[in-house]
Amino acid sequence: MSDNLIEIRDLSFAYGRKLVLKGINLTAHRGQVIAIMGNSGCGKTTLLRLIGGALKPTSGSLLVDGVDIGRLDQDALYRLRRRMGMLFQFGALFTDMSVFENVAFQLREHTDLPEEMIRDLVFMKLNAVGLRGAHELMPSELSGGMARRVALARSIALDPMLIIYDEPFAGLDPISLGVTGNLIRRLTDTLGMTSIVVTHDVQESLKMVDYVYFVSEGVIVAQGTPAEIKASDLPYVHQFVHGEENGPVPFHYPAPDYALDLGLAA
Amino acid sequence: MIEALIENVRGIGRRTIDRVWRMGVAAHFFVLVFLHSGPSFRRFHLIIREIFSAGVLSLIIILVSGLFVGMVLGLQGYETLQTYGAEESLGVLVSLSLVRELGPVVAALLFASRAGSAITAEIGLMKATEQIAAMEMMAVDPIARVVAPRFWGAVISMPLLAALFSAMGVLGGYLVGVVLIGVDAGSFWSQMQAAVDFKEDVLNGVIKSVVFGVAITIIALFEGYDAPPTAEGVSRATTRTVVTSSLAILGLDFVLTAFMFRGV
Amino acid sequence: MQRATLDLWVGIFVVAGIVAVLFLALKVGNLGGFDNSETYEIRASFQNIGGLKARAPVKSAGVVVGRVAEIGFDSKSYEASVTLKLDARYPFPRDSSASIMTSGLLGEQYISLDAGGEEKMLVNGDTLKITQGAVVLENLIGQFLYNKNDSQTDSAEPVQ
Repeated sequence: MSDNLIEIRDLSFAYGRKLVLKGINLTAHRGQVIAIMGNSGCGKTTLLRLIGGALKPTSGSLLVDGVDIGRLDQDALYRLRRRMGMLFQFGALFTDMSVFENVAFQLREHTDLPEEMIRDLVFMKLNAVGLRGAHELMPSELSGGMARRVALARSIALDPMLIIYDEPFAGLDPISLGVTGNLIRRLTDTLGMTSIVVTHDVQESLKMVDYVYFVSEGVIVAQGTPAEIKASDLPYVHQFVHGEENGPVPFHYPAPDYALDLGLAA
Repeated sequence: MIEALIENVRGIGRRTIDRVWRMGVAAHFFVLVFLHSGPSFRRFHLIIREIFSAGVLSLIIILVSGLFVGMVLGLQGYETLQTYGAEESLGVLVSLSLVRELGPVVAALLFASRAGSAITAEIGLMKATEQIAAMEMMAVDPIARVVAPRFWGAVISMPLLAALFSAMGVLGGYLVGVVLIGVDAGSFWSQMQAAVDFKEDVLNGVIKSVVFGVAITIIALFEGYDAPPTAEGVSRATTRTVVTSSLAILGLDFVLTAFMFRGV
Repeated sequence: MQRATLDLWVGIFVVAGIVAVLFLALKVGNLGGFDNSETYEIRASFQNIGGLKARAPVKSAGVVVGRVAEIGFDSKSYEASVTLKLDARYPFPRDSSASIMTSGLLGEQYISLDAGGEEKMLVNGDTLKITQGAVVLENLIGQFLYNKNDSQTDSAEPVQ
């Protein structure tokens, strides 16, 4: 068994004629937390959807646990997905089910476990995210941070080998932010999983990840450990880490000359 | 001038192609729902849940409307029939119009706006909040888990609701005609029984309501599943469900009536 | 909502729906009649059936004893051939006669069966020999006017 859970080689993807990802190379070792960063619209989410098998690569290979996910048929893909978890941006909890039923969902769908065992498993997962006491609540009664944690409990219900997080820090207060970050790290370590975090929250993620990839306009522009990234003097990374207004990513959307638009040109 | 004309014709063509293409997609969706219905019958409580939200929650509006439609039929029918001295036929008029037409059609129209729109909004919202995508990522087929139970729940509910509507309507007609106005109860019922045939009228009415149920539900499910995942997209899809399924009900009613009662 | 409450409500709904269908079938419709009991078929030819339709009632002494099953046209005799489905509980003598009547002035048309005197009873597939077709209103009026004319021009002859 290879040490690499995910191996992406020369991956390209196009929506119609628009090339979104161009020759991505990315490796994730087992047990690591990998961050994929980049400004909005750089193709991060597309990359996640490719790893999840929701999209098929235009060219290149994408191996998850040694299987090329782009070449799987529906059944094989669904079998592989049972060993993957995904945390959506706002949790995507099932609004018509209680917290308990949300976490129990996959156990009920994919296993024939007796009710008592499902109960025990659900309480274990909810306890891991600190929300055992909230099992009777409906998703509408949860705060954003709690919903995120319930969703996390739901995605680890079947003890997956890989969890993908889509913007897990978006719209959270500083406390929930820290809690979620710690949870991701702790669960990855205790459950022996691999985590891929797509985010643009630099400060929070640099605290807990093992390796960072920077994506800009469909290509990987920088990579390294958090320490390397912090020390990096690449203009793009520098701008991103320090949140500067101008740099390789301009403040202005490409436009004709300002004076021309205002009718001031001769 | 010519340019504008060509552009208009091109617009018509584009819209036609879009419509036909969408109908094709909807038909494919219909087939998919059928193919993925197995699991929901193995786990029947999923369907029971949907019978509750489609059927039980529509009960009040169906029962009340049925009663009032029957009462109005009783009043109006009496006014007309008594000018020919045929007020004993009130039962026939009320029951035939309900069992053959009004029961299935009005119940279906109410069902489309009550349950159909709810289905579209629910599924559209599940899509907008990524619940459908989450389900797919959990290796659960949303068509089998979300769409198929709703389909069967609604299709089972529809004929029951239509029958309840007709039954309430007949009772309403009875209330107004016999209790209020004083038409002879014996001839009200006996004339009705002589004129209404089980196979020709009652059963055909049931068949109609089943067909309407299938049409409404598949339109509602498809619109919800196909809706753009935004608040605006979902609200538009909900409106479209009510409009499209109402038109479909009336169109299908004409076709079915032409087949069932022609030359009888 | 609790699973048990949900089940209860759905149960009530389904039972109510089935009761409604039964109500429509038995109380509103005619399923309680002879439709599900044994029947036998006999045939009768009429010169004119007027507005008779399939499923019209067959009555004897005012009681419904059967229904018109099928209406066809005999291209040899140029007459209408009508198949009647009669309830097996009501046997009729072989020389019974059938006539097409109208209930009320403008009501539906039905077949009236008048029992004959013979001892042998009709069996499945028999044909009625004595029939009386429908009275067509136009013919009646025409006849009346014609007779009136006659009686005016030749008052010596009594009106028949």
